[in-house]
Amino acid sequence: MAKLEKIIEIESLYKSFRKGNQIIPVLQNISFDIMDGEFLALMGPSGSGKSTLLNLIAGIDKPDSGSIFVQGIDITNLDERTLSRWRSEHVGFIFQFYNLIPVLTAFENIELPLLMMNLSAKDRKEHVDFALSIVGLYDRKDHYPKQLSGGQQQRVAIARAIVTDPSIIVADEPTGDLDKKSAEDVLNLMSELNQKFGKTIIMVTHDLRAAKYAKSMKYLDKGVLINGSAEIFI
Amino acid sequence: MVLLKYLFRNIFRHKLRSILTILSVSVAVLSFCLLNTIISAWYAGVSASSAYRLIVRNAISLVFSLPISYKEKIKQISGITYVAQGNWFGGIYIEEKNFFANFAVDSETFLKLYPEFIVSENEKKAFLMDRKGCLVGRKLVERFNWKIGNNVVLRGTIFPGNWEFVIRGIYRGRDKSVDESQFLFHWDYLNETLKKTSPTRADQAGYFIVGIKNPEDAAVISREIDSLFKNSLAETLTETEKAFQLSFVAMTEAIVIVIKLVSFVVIGIIFVVVANTMNMSVRERKNEYALFKMFSYGNTIIFGIILGESMLIVLTGAILGIILTFPAVKVVGDILSVYFPIFNLHREVIYESLFISFIVGILSGLIPAARSIKINLAEGLKWDL
Ligand SMILES: Nc1ncnc2c1ncn2[C@@H]1O[C@H](COP(=O)(O)OP(=O)(O)O)[C@@H](O)[C@H]1O
Ligand SMILES: [Mg+2]
Repeated sequence: MAKLEKIIEIESLYKSFRKGNQIIPVLQNISFDIMDGEFLALMGPSGSGKSTLLNLIAGIDKPDSGSIFVQGIDITNLDERTLSRWRSEHVGFIFQFYNLIPVLTAFENIELPLLMMNLSAKDRKEHVDFALSIVGLYDRKDHYPKQLSGGQQQRVAIARAIVTDPSIIVADEPTGDLDKKSAEDVLNLMSELNQKFGKTIIMVTHDLRAAKYAKSMKYLDKGVLINGSAEIFI
Repeated sequence: MVLLKYLFRNIFRHKLRSILTILSVSVAVLSFCLLNTIISAWYAGVSASSAYRLIVRNAISLVFSLPISYKEKIKQISGITYVAQGNWFGGIYIEEKNFFANFAVDSETFLKLYPEFIVSENEKKAFLMDRKGCLVGRKLVERFNWKIGNNVVLRGTIFPGNWEFVIRGIYRGRDKSVDESQFLFHWDYLNETLKKTSPTRADQAGYFIVGIKNPEDAAVISREIDSLFKNSLAETLTETEKAFQLSFVAMTEAIVIVIKLVSFVVIGIIFVVVANTMNMSVRERKNEYALFKMFSYGNTIIFGIILGESMLIVLTGAILGIILTFPAVKVVGDILSVYFPIFNLHREVIYESLFISFIVGILSGLIPAARSIKINLAEGLKWDL
């Protein structure tokens, strides 16, 4: 029953940003593995490089050096097009501010990632309806984002992240903008996705309560990974 | 289709901004069409001219006349159908502001040379039979509320005195290019009167209209006519009707160029307005384009969404502008009817304005679109910051 396969292998990752003619190192020599079916919380103070790391894992950004193997493929070596395709098939994203398009309804927002796949309108509708039912917002499908509460908007965003049935879900402070109750709903939903649907989840948070929903934790400080349980440092 | 909905709803995101942009496009297209209609009105005489007609005039200037005896000599040349003489009469109807063109012409031949002047057989007969009869254009009749049988008195300026006429016929143009506001009467009436009142001015034609069988022979026949009267007291200058008409317009060409220029400046301004609107909109939505990019939407689609929006704004404005152009041309045409008897909106002007709008739509979307596909994905996905 226990899954012990590595889904992601990160090896000596370096990433820096340029500010004028100054180079700011953000991630330094990061190496770790993520197991298939894991729910990992990535913690650390603000500015420690959590989002940067998450973007690299999700194929949104490229490292200066090092490699990221996902299911055997080094995504840091993929060209722009292939990476883009890979991303849309394998990764679902959840953002702190939901990133929903205000002029599209919940249904249409969730449908967006599907439009680039070879699916009939009927198949798309089935996928969207299923995603909506998982997040419990089927009756809100024709609402626009501004007609929904923050928690509901984040659940729409979660539906959008899972509608393509990706194996990996990345979430950057998904509860950062929510009240306690909505945050709990969202976190329960993510637990369910992990446990019931077997999604591998990597969640950036600096909220310990949120981190408790995860199965494991990694702690990042000034761009360096610190081994051991996060609680020790808090 | 979700993307089309996205495109359409984007226009309603800033209603006021979109409406103002659409309206500015309409106003620009309206001005463009109006200005170009004025230009074509300027050239109306040129466009209406026929390749089958030559005009013979005094080589020194149009104000000098030619002996009527030239007519028979011109007729001898082969390749010619008819020759009619005409004089610019310059009569005034009641007061000067009632200006319209009036000519004394060799009526019967004139009507053969100008088949585009449509008169009913009965009226034509009545006109030709009445020495004091006149033939007037439909628009002129409407303007002064005239009827067949009405007496009209013109005060002569070139040929002094009060001249009486009876309206015997009303002509229509075969098409819209024909000036329907002319006043024509018998050259014989003018000439016979002059013989009595000022005999020295009689038997003189202002110009001759020469019909030719073959337009290709225009140059040869013109040269032949002019050589006939070489070294005579009144040398002639023969040219095609088109060249003759153009020589009038040439004097005012600078004005036409300025009008043309202004009409393009208007288009230039509108490009800036639309480009600015598109620039603002696209900048506000850069996060959304990043999202599309994240979902692996190609650059073509993002280009399409942005260009589609600018096209939609511009073409909506253009169509509105064209719709407004029709009544505007009518109103302006009525006001300027004294100066521009022919004031028609040409289909080409509408096509041209649509074509230019199309280009403006593409160009205004192009720059922001090019910028939006270059955005850094990680940067673009940071919302609400
Ligand atoms: N695009 C960028 N350009 C320059 N510096 C950046 C950029 N993105 C992030 N940084 C810097 O990298 C560091 C880590 O940022 P980030 O990964 O967002 O941290 P966290 O998510 O842990 O708060 C910060 O110092 C931040 O200022
Ligand atoms: Mg962050």
